[in-house]
Amino acid sequence: MADERTVLELRGITKQFPGVLANDHVDFELRRGEVHALLGENGAGKSTLMNILYGLYQPDEGQILVKGEPVRFHSPKDAINRGIGMVHQHFMLIPVMTVAENIVLANEPTRAGLLLDTDAADRRVRELSRTFNFAIDPDARVESITVGQQQRVEILKALYRNADIVILDEPTAVLTPQEANELFEILKTLTREGMSVIFITHKLNEVLEIADRITVVRRGKRIDTVDRQGATEEGLARMMVGREVLLRVDKPASDPGDPMLTVDDLHVYDDRGLEAVRGVSFEVRGGEIVGIAGVDGNGQTELIDAITGLRKAASGRVSIAGRDVTGAAPGTVLDRGLGHIPEDRQRRGLVLEFSLAENVALHDYDRPPDSRWGWLFPRQLIRRARELLAQFDVRGGGPQTRASALSGGNQQKVVLAREIGREPSVLIAAQPTRGLDVGAIEFVHRRLVEARDNGKAVLLVSLELDEIISLSDRTLVFYEGEIVAEHGPDVSEDQLGIEMTGAGRQEAVA
Amino acid sequence: MSERASAPPPASDPNTVPSVAARLALYQRAGGVITPLLTALIAFLIGGLVVLATTGKDPIKTYKAIFKGTGLSWLSPVSIHWHLFYPASIHWTGWDTTSPTALNLQQTLIVVTPLILTGLAVAFAFRCGLFNIGGNGQYTVGAIVAVQFGIWFAGLPGPLHVIVAMLAATLAGAAWGGIAGFLKATTGAHEVITTIMLNWIALWVGSYLVGFNGPMQDPRAVSAPVTRPIADSAHLHVFWGNPLLQGLHIGFFIAVAMLFVYSILLNRTTLGYEVRAVGFNAEAARYGGISVGRNFFLAMAISGAFAGLAGSIDILGWEFNLDLTVVQTVQVGFIGIAVALLGRNSAIGIFFSALLFGALLTGTSTRNLDPSVFQPQLAGNLTRIIQGLVVLFVGADLLIIYLWQARKKLRLPQRKTAEQA
Repeated sequence: MADERTVLELRGITKQFPGVLANDHVDFELRRGEVHALLGENGAGKSTLMNILYGLYQPDEGQILVKGEPVRFHSPKDAINRGIGMVHQHFMLIPVMTVAENIVLANEPTRAGLLLDTDAADRRVRELSRTFNFAIDPDARVESITVGQQQRVEILKALYRNADIVILDEPTAVLTPQEANELFEILKTLTREGMSVIFITHKLNEVLEIADRITVVRRGKRIDTVDRQGATEEGLARMMVGREVLLRVDKPASDPGDPMLTVDDLHVYDDRGLEAVRGVSFEVRGGEIVGIAGVDGNGQTELIDAITGLRKAASGRVSIAGRDVTGAAPGTVLDRGLGHIPEDRQRRGLVLEFSLAENVALHDYDRPPDSRWGWLFPRQLIRRARELLAQFDVRGGGPQTRASALSGGNQQKVVLAREIGREPSVLIAAQPTRGLDVGAIEFVHRRLVEARDNGKAVLLVSLELDEIISLSDRTLVFYEGEIVAEHGPDVSEDQLGIEMTGAGRQEAVA
Repeated sequence: MSERASAPPPASDPNTVPSVAARLALYQRAGGVITPLLTALIAFLIGGLVVLATTGKDPIKTYKAIFKGTGLSWLSPVSIHWHLFYPASIHWTGWDTTSPTALNLQQTLIVVTPLILTGLAVAFAFRCGLFNIGGNGQYTVGAIVAVQFGIWFAGLPGPLHVIVAMLAATLAGAAWGGIAGFLKATTGAHEVITTIMLNWIALWVGSYLVGFNGPMQDPRAVSAPVTRPIADSAHLHVFWGNPLLQGLHIGFFIAVAMLFVYSILLNRTTLGYEVRAVGFNAEAARYGGISVGRNFFLAMAISGAFAGLAGSIDILGWEFNLDLTVVQTVQVGFIGIAVALLGRNSAIGIFFSALLFGALLTGTSTRNLDPSVFQPQLAGNLTRIIQGLVVLFVGADLLIIYLWQARKKLRLPQRKTAEQA
């Protein structure tokens, strides 16, 4: 399969972790000037493969060939020296330093071997920026530029170290649709200049937009490599999951009842003391799903924290099912009929070292039948967990299994079982499908719609616009702590994308 | 109890450096009962090498002499001389309660008693994600209050007086520990810092109270900085050995009972559930509606209660007064850290590691160690070396786990070839 255009080849890469075969004889081939997407669900082995390529892990078996030459990478340094650069999902930048300083970090041009040659660094960064058409100011501080620009800094960092193979790990996860489009433009420029790009993702639409070829991995094995021409979302999804998947949510029209969650002129400050939520008012009725769209960090987290009592609101009111819960402790708010599926299930949703039974009891452990007079009844916890786990189809363990032993999808099912199983009147779901594979996403979506059909008020916060659009009966757009737009069920992704960047509001101001 | 044997966790992300607490948690999970045994074994091995290198003495002989000094051999009704041939090799010794071995064992168990409790004081806080370095201060506060209450209420009937003094000391220890928990909950002050500070405060307040011209100093003992002795009614009952020769008092059973209390409290009560939830994942506990700050306070207070109880048991059981030297040189709170770490915070583990450290302390004491084999002055340092090595190896958990996994890896290919054959 290798031809003269091949710049990189992975042959039969195998990596075993305790209990998991993360990569099972994976072959991968990258050609000069192409964007090659590596598509797979979470845990399919994409990241392991790329970490091996970048020298972070050593493969148990298999060979890496760069430009036809077998190599062994013992550390990222070796990979960088061979012209491989990687842009991680979480940027490795120092916020207080300038763009140029960040780019030359660990590879600084020096004068007389000692002093940092700032001018030379600046010049080189400007040069690169011009060649590849990056609109970026080398003297700007990293903390003052947008996430999309920070990502460009990361790419520049790789180019500065003379990389001609760039690995991007889920690069669009942190970007707005517009920023993603800008990134795609940059990738096209890069490939025109003869660079090669490996694009790791689990998003089907992106793959079809940007990739020249697509390699699909599932459970550590390479399933196939296909050209973009002729590939379809359905076909790729089937390869990824190994079965037919419903990509769209089927749901009947909503039948909203009484308002269950009312938020009135809420102001909330964030950890840095800045006003993150600035006078937000809305209500969610029983039997409807209200989606909150917005770029990460526009006050969504603080809003949820204030509703759930995890953070004190500066002013305003929150009521659940007609009862004021403003300023109440999280436990009280939960008791008043709130279910909360937190943003990060491993950090906030579950106690990973607890058994599933103990996790399911996380709200109700302190009252009968789970306990009486401070005495816990472990058998009762197990009994109830067994019921709920069956109802929510949790696989991979029973009530006494530790939560950490489950896959991400099943962990999220445990959270759903706990939160929906208590029959709350309001359900808040924050990023409920983040990091889940296609099959688990389908399950979570179905359960949220089911909760809605049972008359619960569902507030959905998500960074995934397609999720917002396919689930929400109403959509609120958040920008800098304010609601800047409201839409019914039919709204386009582009429209939301524009409003999320504050475009609508800025026009109004101008 | 809370013992859960499990396989070592999968290799973690090499990019992240785990925090101290995370590393300790990893250690707690990994390798079941094997890692603590391995840890202790390696510590003894290196301790032996130090003996050999620095003094030129035979480490095996030294360890044998230490073991003899602990009195633990009394538990076996027969004495076996491995170097002799049958039938002379086995002697029936029975359980002679007046033998020197019996006296040694009584001493060992007297030392083990507070170590169990200070071990629990560290372990309980640890289960809430807190590192209680303040066992020493909590112990000291408990001892001071126990002495005072032992002197007061001299008219009370025996059992009642003991209960009053113990209860007061336990509450004082709880208050002392609770201060650190309260500060953590309200201001976020790190408990390691505050407990160390509180140790010093306890030490100097104690020194003032007990020292020359201090309010608690015995006015009759002009030449010695020591309190008056407690009333006879506050003495703990000695159930084994001669009360005049420091026989074993019932405090030992109180400590053992506390092991059960610890285990039940953690695993069968809502309080324990909350403490464990906060210890494993404070963020998730908060999202679940549990008050993290309240649990920080309660966990530190309960930890302090264990240590305060330890202080009262030593006073009421065999010290009967409080000496300035004791206030300034007491170490049981710190040894409790090693006890809890080696015992992996489980009740059974704490019992055995307290036994190990208690035995080491008595086995190397001047009184019990045969000076012709090894100078007891040096042997006391050997105890500290082993204690330090245990803490060091617990800190170097990754090394132990690595060795443990390497052993599995070595076995893996063999199994493969067996399958192929």
